[in-house]
Amino acid sequence: MDVQTLTYIIVGATFALYIGIAIWARAGSTKEFYVAGGGVPPVMNGMATAADWMSAASFISLAGIVSFTGYDGSVYLMGWTGGYVLLALCMAPYLRKFGKFTVPDFIGDRYYSQTARTVAVICAIFICFTYIAGQMRGVGVVFSRFLEVEVDTGVYIGMAVVFFYAVLGGMKGITYTQVAQYCVLIFAFMVPAIFISVMMTGHVLPQVGFGAELVDAAGNGTGVYLLDKLDGLSAELGFSQYTEGSKAMVDVFFITGALMFGTAGLPHVIVRFFTVPRVKDARLSAGWALVFIAIMYTTIPALAAFSRVNMIETINGPDSTGVAYESAPDWIKNWEKTGLIAWDDKNNDGKISYANGATNEMTIDRDIMVLATPEIASLPAWVIALVAAGGLAAALSTSAGLLLVISTSVSHDLLKKNLMPDISDKKELMYARIAAALGIVMAGYFGINPPGFVAAVVAIAFGLAAASLFPAIIMGIFSKTINKEGAISGMLVGLLFTAGYIVYFKFVNVGANTPENWLFGISPEGIGMMGMFVNFIVAFAVSKVTGAVPQDVVDMVESIRFPQGAGEAQDH
Amino acid sequence: MAFENNDKAAGYWRENLRLVLGLLAIWAAVSFGCGILFVDALNEITFMGFKLGFWFAQQGAMYVFVALIFVYVAKANALDKKYDVHED
Repeated sequence: MDVQTLTYIIVGATFALYIGIAIWARAGSTKEFYVAGGGVPPVMNGMATAADWMSAASFISLAGIVSFTGYDGSVYLMGWTGGYVLLALCMAPYLRKFGKFTVPDFIGDRYYSQTARTVAVICAIFICFTYIAGQMRGVGVVFSRFLEVEVDTGVYIGMAVVFFYAVLGGMKGITYTQVAQYCVLIFAFMVPAIFISVMMTGHVLPQVGFGAELVDAAGNGTGVYLLDKLDGLSAELGFSQYTEGSKAMVDVFFITGALMFGTAGLPHVIVRFFTVPRVKDARLSAGWALVFIAIMYTTIPALAAFSRVNMIETINGPDSTGVAYESAPDWIKNWEKTGLIAWDDKNNDGKISYANGATNEMTIDRDIMVLATPEIASLPAWVIALVAAGGLAAALSTSAGLLLVISTSVSHDLLKKNLMPDISDKKELMYARIAAALGIVMAGYFGINPPGFVAAVVAIAFGLAAASLFPAIIMGIFSKTINKEGAISGMLVGLLFTAGYIVYFKFVNVGANTPENWLFGISPEGIGMMGMFVNFIVAFAVSKVTGAVPQDVVDMVESIRFPQGAGEAQDH
Repeated sequence: MAFENNDKAAGYWRENLRLVLGLLAIWAAVSFGCGILFVDALNEITFMGFKLGFWFAQQGAMYVFVALIFVYVAKANALDKKYDVHED
């Protein structure tokens, strides 16, 4: 059977599975729609959180980014896992005890203010939209590469599937579908990584092979360690050392921080901890989520190193002088057709060669590192089909989680809590479904007409989460003195400072986006961490000079600090 | 009031903060410390075929993160029991 047919079968089977689960787990009340009835077991919630978290970008692009930037890529690895420690230790248990549905619920109640709630809603919606546009695009790209349909058609199919299970099932449908999607995506990611690890180092675990000696085709040790080889190749070709990177330390520090604190402030992740029955389940499910994420995130740098060596050796040949184009492996020609690899024979010697600087003849898109690995390693066709299904699972699971936050923000935080407090549960559920449907249509629109700034706005999403929602939640739990004036001015100043800095360097004065012009050498990607400090400082200062927090709010803060008495997530 | 008295409530919170801050200190040490600030010094040491600083940044920090959460879960649950504020 050819790759194409296999891909149709595997992708079709996984889609049928997701839809089947959605029908089985459809939501009957707002509580089921928003928090899956509050009865999800911690291991399952951990798995769903992991699928929610690992997007098309994690699955398709991250290994490529690490592969091309070496040590610098560590900011994503540490940043996107370290945030879970903050979630588990500082947020999940207390927010679960608080026991309502959304992040704006907490901020609105804790700071006894509709304004605070509204600021939080705007942040949540903006962050989610930024993300989801990229996801739908990912769905379209996977479809077009592996199933050879138009990108637009791919987006429509993706929209239809997500529509079906997000609108019908709400959080309940999404949670159980995400459990299935996690299994599909982790299997699809690990199989090629294990194959290639065995092939290059003889170790089954990529995490171990990463630090091991390379073996030759017969499986005998060569005495050369993978990473030494990679540093050697990088030096030879004029790149900075793979294990040392090229970014300034201060920037690495701040980007890692912005991603960690941003992760802990992302509404679609936080809301997952509202779905478990008890406070101790919230703690435990954060642990499980990180286990499931770490399985993939510790494999990513290994896969990145394997494919980097593999790619350089395939292109430059054993004697590093380049390989004749005619005898180059098929995958180079296959991917050339998609435009993701381009060859420009500058010295007219008919050989392909890869280096840093003027002699380089190859333009290689980072995204192919994961997608082309099965081909580079000559793995069987079913593995290629599996990778396609995995990429789709990653994109769909994240989109669904984000859509849910958008629809909840509209139906619950805006309508029920702001504009029409008297609507019935049934009406609210209907509005939630309408909002989810509208969200899908808008996401699809951005998937088909992608704004050129998607990559730039991802920095904004994390920066804003780190500078606005994260500090507001932390202060809400750990301080009894931060009042509504402090919290609102903190969020606004943090938000404006961060957004202003990013917009200036990414849109207004793009030419000035160089380390000399940055504040303390911090790039726009890392400024969210600075925004977080600004938020804390402003909130403390303003709270000092304005009134005290009302006694009923102080009582509420005291009551969320210990587990006993946590009921199920409350109906209103 | 779930605690017997205010002293108990304050004691529980103090112990909880000490637990969280202690674990966060390790969290920051392995990531911001070993993985970033002291990475050059640690890279002089070889560990299982890795330069140690690089290993922390791309592997070690993540293993420690996972361990930290499970230690927290065990200790926080024990603390809830000690002060009798656990769930059934």
